[in-house]
Amino acid sequence: MAVIQVQRRALTLVERTYFPQLMGAMLTTLKHLLGPADTMEYPEQRPAIPAGYRGVPTLVKDPNGREKCVSCQLCEFVCPPKAIRITPGSVPEGAGIDHVEKAPQAFDIDMLRCIYCGLCEEVCPEEAIFLQNQYSMSGYSRTEMVNHKDRLYELGGTLPDRHFKWDVKKAAEAGAGAHD
Amino acid sequence: MIDFLLGLPVAVQALLKGLAVIAVVFPIAAACSMAERKVCAWIQSRPGPNRALPPIFAWIPGAGILQRLGVWQLMADGGKFVFKEEPLPDHVNKLYYTLAPVVAMVPAFTTVTVVPFGAYLGHGGRVIPLALASVDVGILAVFAVASLGVYSLILAGWASNSKYPFLGGVRASAQLISYELSMVLAVLPVFLWINEPGTAGTLSLAKVVEFQSRPGFWGGAWFLFTMPVSALVFAVALFAETNRQPFDMPESEADLVGGFHTEYGAFKWSLFFVAEYANMIVGSAVFALLFLGGWNLLPWLSLAQLLEGLHHLTGWTVWLHPIVAGLASIAILMGKVLVTIFIFMWIRWTVPRFRYDQVMKLGWQKLLPLSIANLIAYTIGIALLQP
Repeated sequence: MAVIQVQRRALTLVERTYFPQLMGAMLTTLKHLLGPADTMEYPEQRPAIPAGYRGVPTLVKDPNGREKCVSCQLCEFVCPPKAIRITPGSVPEGAGIDHVEKAPQAFDIDMLRCIYCGLCEEVCPEEAIFLQNQYSMSGYSRTEMVNHKDRLYELGGTLPDRHFKWDVKKAAEAGAGAHD
Repeated sequence: MIDFLLGLPVAVQALLKGLAVIAVVFPIAAACSMAERKVCAWIQSRPGPNRALPPIFAWIPGAGILQRLGVWQLMADGGKFVFKEEPLPDHVNKLYYTLAPVVAMVPAFTTVTVVPFGAYLGHGGRVIPLALASVDVGILAVFAVASLGVYSLILAGWASNSKYPFLGGVRASAQLISYELSMVLAVLPVFLWINEPGTAGTLSLAKVVEFQSRPGFWGGAWFLFTMPVSALVFAVALFAETNRQPFDMPESEADLVGGFHTEYGAFKWSLFFVAEYANMIVGSAVFALLFLGGWNLLPWLSLAQLLEGLHHLTGWTVWLHPIVAGLASIAILMGKVLVTIFIFMWIRWTVPRFRYDQVMKLGWQKLLPLSIANLIAYTIGIALLQP
């Protein structure tokens, strides 16, 4: 590619005094000085979280208030920084989720390791783990920065379910027959 | 109360006056550091420090406004500087390292004494300047003492025994020598003009203001209008002398870490900055006295005329009281000083720092010839006008 020599115009005498530029610059800064602040006063004002934001990973319940996680441990295995640790256990009696085999006895996410990549959400077959809107995590010790199961459910809450997988299956069983 | 004050021994009177002036200048110098941060923030479209508010003061009405203005932050910073540990690095020259902030403060507050910061009307409308030491060598004393301030930077740079502070000190001395010349040469036409043939010669700053408050078109014009080049050169040299951006060579955060104060911390560090702001206040006051008409509110409207006018307008004789006149003159001069300091800050946060060679080139190749040409032109003009 040919080199294009930019012809620079010689500065005029007025320009060489530096004052027109200085005045222009001071006008610009004056506009900013009088104008509103561009920043947000954080704890009082919060930024709008865009859809698809990857915040702190949380566990969610289905609309019937039942635990969705079936302790398959796919998220644990996919997690690149090994932040997730699941201890599988049996389903407690009367929890209303007799249709599944396992439920997590313990579910820990170490937020000091988590890199917010969202692979756990991506891999979860039950849509039980979501990276939601919370972006601010703080604690006084390392152990405080590990989210245990109850904390994860507290953060996650209940999300609307688009599939109602088990309800559909139950309805099919009760009706003409299972759609197998 | 005035009689009681005047009855005290002269030394006690002088001490009280000195403490009163320091009690005004020191807080203003400290408040300037907060103003600097706020102006910087506003120019950068930020709110600036607005969080600190001690809970014990939260009930005071208006505390919230002070909080938004960062006043409590200023107090927190000041308190922190007093109470935090004083680092004394092993590699420094202990005596000179400790001495440097003191050497910075002394000239900064000494110059305050000779600057008249107001005036009152004595018997027969005679204007009597208010100054700690109303000496006749006024401007000469300011220049002589203010230039001593650079010794603190050189001392700090040398005593720190570290390369960046040393470079900062070297730059400070070079910059002072380069700009002091133009500054003094820029002021000379003013004093040539006011020392008319047949009058007693003077270098007093109060006389300069008196000259700018005379009746008539040429009498009432501020020297800013009659000597714009002098005012410009003086202003630019003032920026360089007070080490303000775009001339803050000795400090240059970007290339010299912190320049001369790299090795300093805590209260010693803050003393440098109080001294810098005190220098700015004195420099702005001298600029206002020389070129902006001092304690005259508007050009062609002297303090005496202003108070007479208010007296006629309202019919209150209180306007002619010497104390009212004195307070009004102090308020007007302080207003001008604060506006000048705001312009200092405005420019600081607008323009980038000059390169060292640009500073030297501007000083020696532009300002010095300009001020010499200005001096020659005005000398000839004054010789023709005042035969």
